[in-house]
Amino acid sequence: MTLFDRIWRSHVIAALPGGAGLVAIDRIFLHERTGAAALNALAAAGRSVADPARVFAVTDHIVDTRPGRTDQTLMPGGQAFITETRAATRAAGITLFDVNDPDQGIVHVISPELGIVLPGATLIAPDSHTCTQGAFGALAWGIGSSEAENAMATGTLRRKKPRTMRVTFTGRLPEGVTPKDMALALIARHGAGGGAGHAVEFAGDAVRALDMEGRMTLCNMATEFAAMTGMIAPDDKTFAWLEGRRYAPQGADWDAALAHWRTLASDPDAVFDREIVIDAATLAPMISWGTSPEHAVAIDGHVPADAEARVLSYIDLAAGAPVAGTPIDAAFIGSCTNSRLSDLRQAAAILKGKRVADGVKAICVPGSSRVKREAEAEGLDRIFTDAGFEWRESGCSMCFFAGGESFGPGARVASTTNRNFESRQGPNVKTHIASPATVAASALAGRIADPRGAC
Amino acid sequence: MAQPFHELQSLPLPLLRDNVDTDQIIPSREMKSTGKTGLADGLFAGWRYVGASGRDPEPAFVLNDPRYRDSHVILAGRNFGCGSSREHAVWALAEYGFRAIIAESFAPIFAGNCVRNGIVPIVLDKAAIAHIAAGEAPVTIRLDEQDVTAADGQRWTFAIDGEAKAMLREGLDAIDLTLLQSSEIADWQARDRAARPWIYLENRA
Repeated sequence: MTLFDRIWRSHVIAALPGGAGLVAIDRIFLHERTGAAALNALAAAGRSVADPARVFAVTDHIVDTRPGRTDQTLMPGGQAFITETRAATRAAGITLFDVNDPDQGIVHVISPELGIVLPGATLIAPDSHTCTQGAFGALAWGIGSSEAENAMATGTLRRKKPRTMRVTFTGRLPEGVTPKDMALALIARHGAGGGAGHAVEFAGDAVRALDMEGRMTLCNMATEFAAMTGMIAPDDKTFAWLEGRRYAPQGADWDAALAHWRTLASDPDAVFDREIVIDAATLAPMISWGTSPEHAVAIDGHVPADAEARVLSYIDLAAGAPVAGTPIDAAFIGSCTNSRLSDLRQAAAILKGKRVADGVKAICVPGSSRVKREAEAEGLDRIFTDAGFEWRESGCSMCFFAGGESFGPGARVASTTNRNFESRQGPNVKTHIASPATVAASALAGRIADPRGAC
Repeated sequence: MAQPFHELQSLPLPLLRDNVDTDQIIPSREMKSTGKTGLADGLFAGWRYVGASGRDPEPAFVLNDPRYRDSHVILAGRNFGCGSSREHAVWALAEYGFRAIIAESFAPIFAGNCVRNGIVPIVLDKAAIAHIAAGEAPVTIRLDEQDVTAADGQRWTFAIDGEAKAMLREGLDAIDLTLLQSSEIADWQARDRAARPWIYLENRA
């Protein structure tokens, strides 16, 4: 049996026609971009939240990240999203990690920090990157607003069972190559739709060797692969990471939970519907050149000769051109993909004692208020600011453009985010997604640059 | 409750691109309120209008082609609806009048959102989509028979799971359906509470 099947089976309350299941949902996380809409719709329909103690909410998506922030946001009309979410969560009895709460941060950063996600649990959020939390051996996936309402009202979701896929990274990741590069390599090779219809388990020596933060980065990108989720079997690293976290089990509950969690793995003879094997030792730092995460190549690679004209016209690169060396206007380090302490350390190791190139707007947004405090305790903030980076309060920030802050029309940005879609980061902004190391090296060079040897 | 779907005949609007993401379908900047309505005007705003915040139609974009003014079906490439889980993308499509999307494949969250809002996500292969697009003529979509018929009589069947089909056909509300099983859910939770006490957080807030 696979890890996925183990969790699925233990959560199916009833079989539904056509192979679907009525699946018990253990944890629900809302955010201010869609939380008020879901809660207000629920209330308007005269329905209540079945178990508010297992629903959480946070302000992360459009909250301002400039120092000294309030409910005011640069997004036109944005304040209403915050105040309405505050009112709706209060009315429903849901815990909200509000704008200036010390536990505030990006949903997929704070949920593990607080021990809200647990191995073997089902967790859903109206956010596509919920798959990030599969790094803990949870079944975590993104949904729309209607399904969030459904889960809150009933404690369940009606869901077709996906097929299973195992992606095995064998061998050892070379120096300077990161989990972000693993994810981009997978998507570049197998397509942005490559995981459609599947729940993906990441396995293999190179995955086991990753720390929890690296595992989160890898699982985070499963949605860019069109998978329902990405997940990794929990192990001692997982348990050590969770022990003592606020909402994690304690005392006898911890012991009982741990005994259960140790059973959460795919059997050695488990059969997956699809298998992909990638030799981690062959991977290099990756950079995107186009407008889909599948448009990515190794940092010393070239724009494909057969690239679609529409995409080339948008990104303003020529077919066959090298990607490295392309001048950039801005650098962004942050997002649910790459904003954790290890990501900031990775970038700081390259930035230390150096300055970003003239004319490059450089911004670092820690993934949570806790990450920010921990980074500051290590002096990372000074490394970033001395290098010419802005050092922000935590949030999703400029991962996407909501009508407020941007890099300027048409700017070219090296970014640790997950989506290089057209205008994702602002009108006609050209986004190149990469690891924190690659973005830091590129910020220093003022052009897309190989991080290896940049330390 | 979504409008029930049985049969639809419409000239399909060809948007033959791969990876049409939900940021294109409804840019975040067009999600201006916490409600679910008022979104059709922002549908495909980045491609449909000239300039980032303008409302002057971009004549080259297919949505502005008068031939497709009354289209209720979109024809697309692979991985349609990828990216952000925002249901606003589907609300915008539904409010504009789209009732079905025919694509080579869909992103899973988007397809789920379609079913909950009365839009049928139909997967056909590339050749079928090319054939339909080349015909520039109305197609007929029948949900009961799970088929698409081109104006020249060529017909393709499509797969859809039973639950999704029932919801689309009846315009059912998934919450109402689920609440019919309330006692089964309560029984399961009582057993689960004994087996996994650590999952329940009433005393931990």
